Amino acid sequence: MAKQSALRKTDAAAVPEKVAAPERPQAAAAAHVVEDLDKLIHERMRLGIVSALAASPSVTFTELKSLLRTTDGNLSVHARKLEEAGYIECTKGFEGRMPRTEYRISERGLHALEKYLDHMEALIHAMRER
Amino acid sequence: MGLHQRAMENLRFIRETMERTGSFTAVPGWGGVLVGLSALAAAVAASYRATPGGWLAIWFAEGMLAMAIAALAMKHKAEKAGETLLSAPARKFALSFAPPLLAGALLTFILVEAGQPAIIPGMWLLLYGTGIVTGGAFSVDIVPVMGLCFMALGALALFCPPAWGNAFLATGFGGLHVAFGILIARRHGG
Repeated sequence: MAKQSALRKTDAAAVPEKVAAPERPQAAAAAHVVEDLDKLIHERMRLGIVSALAASPSVTFTELKSLLRTTDGNLSVHARKLEEAGYIECTKGFEGRMPRTEYRISERGLHALEKYLDHMEALIHAMRER
Repeated sequence: MGLHQRAMENLRFIRETMERTGSFTAVPGWGGVLVGLSALAAAVAASYRATPGGWLAIWFAEGMLAMAIAALAMKHKAEKAGETLLSAPARKFALSFAPPLLAGALLTFILVEAGQPAIIPGMWLLLYGTGIVTGGAFSVDIVPVMGLCFMALGALALFCPPAWGNAFLATGFGGLHVAFGILIARRHGG
């Protein structure tokens, strides 16, 4: 739990506009939804990693890098956060002499992505119903 | 941007990332190598044919064989990854890949009728490359890059002596397929 709140703190800085309270009272329902948004996968790069892994049983580090058009450093930082949260699993091996890192999504990660999708849908509904 | 637009945008991002992942895992690296090897064999066989008709027949047969190999390889890879071939990315690829090929088939017929077979190799390479670029636009970058190489080679062939046509086909359909096939297989698994 302590780890989770530490992550939230760093993430809040990255996405301040998301947490801002809505100006109009009608948006209260939406605000409620925003409150318990999973910040861990809300961040763009991590959302990309989880989405990619949800589409394929396993994806290698190099594949993810080209899919998400990012750098080694950026990808490994975000992948590690997801791994620490138990959302994804990582296996390191060799293919010939080349190191090969493979990622898979865990049950927990899949569940988190589904919940996040529900959140986004709820947000859209809340705004439509006004 | 309102919360609601942001939510829509997030959903779109998730969807696109999933599709991109699916579309590129379907590209068969080793299948490409096999296609390339069959094209090299076809180039050797075609070089012994004296008439344009015999030459064309060999390459036509090779085209059919290559498509069959590619379809089987994609199917195999998609099944291994637990996706069906008819998933959205595969359908998108087929839809953008097919039109340039159909145009190429029609132009082949017209050029043969007009007694201008020398233009055919360059035209094939150019249009095949176009199909790969448009079809692979949403896949990993290496796929459209391969398409661009085919297009460049085709353009070059159009400005070179007709006698080099068969060598251009061997370099493109043989060499480029083998080289990119190995790259894709090693970097992206299979």
